Amino acid sequence: MTRPMRATSVGVVFAVFVAGVTMLFLYFLHYPPTVAAAATGSGDEQIHLQTVPALGYGPHPTFVSYLADDNGKWVHTTMIKLKANTLVHFTIDQYDTGSTLRNSFMDQVQGTVDGTEVVNGGTPARIINDNTDNGIGHTFAVPTLGISVPMPGIASAATNVCSIAPCASSFDHNTVTFTIKTPAAGLYPWQCFVPCGLGWPYGNGGGMSTLGYMSGFLKVVA
Amino acid sequence: MTNHASRAAAVDRTDRQHMMRIGIMWLVASVIGMVLVYFVWGPHMPPGTDSNAAKVQQFDNRVLGTVAVPVMAFVWVYVSYALTNWRVKSGTPVDEVGDGPPLKGHRGFQAAWLGITSVTVISLFIFGTVELDTNAGAGTGSGQVPIFTPTGYNADAAQSKLLVVQVIGQQWRWTFRYPQYGGLETAQMVVPAGQEVQYSVTSLDVIHSFWAINLGVKADANPGVNNVAFATADKIGSVNIRCDELCGLWHGAMATSGKVVSPADFKTWVTNAQATYQQLIPFLPPYADLYLPQSDGGYYDPGQDPLPSGPPPGPASPSAIP
Repeated sequence: MTRPMRATSVGVVFAVFVAGVTMLFLYFLHYPPTVAAAATGSGDEQIHLQTVPALGYGPHPTFVSYLADDNGKWVHTTMIKLKANTLVHFTIDQYDTGSTLRNSFMDQVQGTVDGTEVVNGGTPARIINDNTDNGIGHTFAVPTLGISVPMPGIASAATNVCSIAPCASSFDHNTVTFTIKTPAAGLYPWQCFVPCGLGWPYGNGGGMSTLGYMSGFLKVVA
Repeated sequence: MTNHASRAAAVDRTDRQHMMRIGIMWLVASVIGMVLVYFVWGPHMPPGTDSNAAKVQQFDNRVLGTVAVPVMAFVWVYVSYALTNWRVKSGTPVDEVGDGPPLKGHRGFQAAWLGITSVTVISLFIFGTVELDTNAGAGTGSGQVPIFTPTGYNADAAQSKLLVVQVIGQQWRWTFRYPQYGGLETAQMVVPAGQEVQYSVTSLDVIHSFWAINLGVKADANPGVNNVAFATADKIGSVNIRCDELCGLWHGAMATSGKVVSPADFKTWVTNAQATYQQLIPFLPPYADLYLPQSDGGYYDPGQDPLPSGPPPGPASPSAIP
């Protein structure tokens, strides 16, 4: 091999390597994708999420997960963009069965505008007892903002259980609504506090501690 | 030897003269450095002076920093002197560049080296032990049965004359229980100034570390362990709290703030917190030194039977606003 050919070969290999690293970097820079809350017209925003007992596809099909509604299309993500200093109305369809919480302190709704949540259109509730009925399916919690919203699980004996995401509203679920006031712009990590990592020691791993499943960021922008 | 002799001759000084010069420079640098470290930098050393534990730790840092100055000064002075005086001069023929003379045993030097280092280490050991004893562990967790305890301590939280604050870590947040106030649990830690507090630190899942930075309290939060630490906050203000043990995805976000308030404000805060969490308290398990996880995710006092599967006393779920 002549010297120019060797130089060309090395250059090509190097360029392929740099391109590969760049593509990998760009992929992870935008993964999971971000879904923005929709404006309501009154200056507020609204976001629609769902929690599923198993994603059913991807690298971790058995992981529990959140999904976000992006203009009618369910996106597997936990990256949510919100406007700063704005009232945001959350609607979360909770399709998973429940269990007790590691700490019943999070039975109480905290950090919503009136300290309450509404389950299935009923009376505003301040507490969901994790030790009775169907327990807590998942929570939506932003510890740095003092927000914690428990969502009751569906009956463990339910027969119409969604098994693959996204879940249609015809499956058994509980719909939880609440409103928060967003803080100043910034990145705020959020997570579920139910030990929902099935198959992991005390439920602490798996989807519970994986970005894009039961952990994510509120990207609050000005 | 020839090279060494030629270099020594070049500066026209004996080894004893070199050592004298180094010794004087070292002494001057040490005295200046020690004064600066203790009196100028010392008052600004972490963790500050917001509690008795923090003060002790700052004092320890000042002493240790000051003791370290002569050691550091000796290294710097000796190396600087050697580089300045014993380096090969430019223009020296290559064949005259070689090693210095070999070091041979010197009983006096060896005895001095062993003696000084032994005295230093033993002194630090005694100093550290006394410091731990005089301040009940100086803010560090001392386990379930602390060796050094302040007056009024009782292992039974209900009997303790100290204010007991149970610190509960879990992936990834802190909560705080006040057993002397009906087992109240809150998201924010508030303690009164001027009152000795017993921090009983535990975890519900993995290993965390409770670090109230400016209070000088740093205690491991281990599941199944009640790790006790003591501190009296002196200054009213905020407390910077974070986890100091890598504990998973949101370890970096496992931080919160606490407050040191006046005793009167503390009573007001407790009253308000009890009202805020009035409905929740019946749902919490009885206060216990530690909690172990049940297979279904809940936690219970290992000294009792696991929580019954039925509902605890309290309103039905979900509770409606009255």
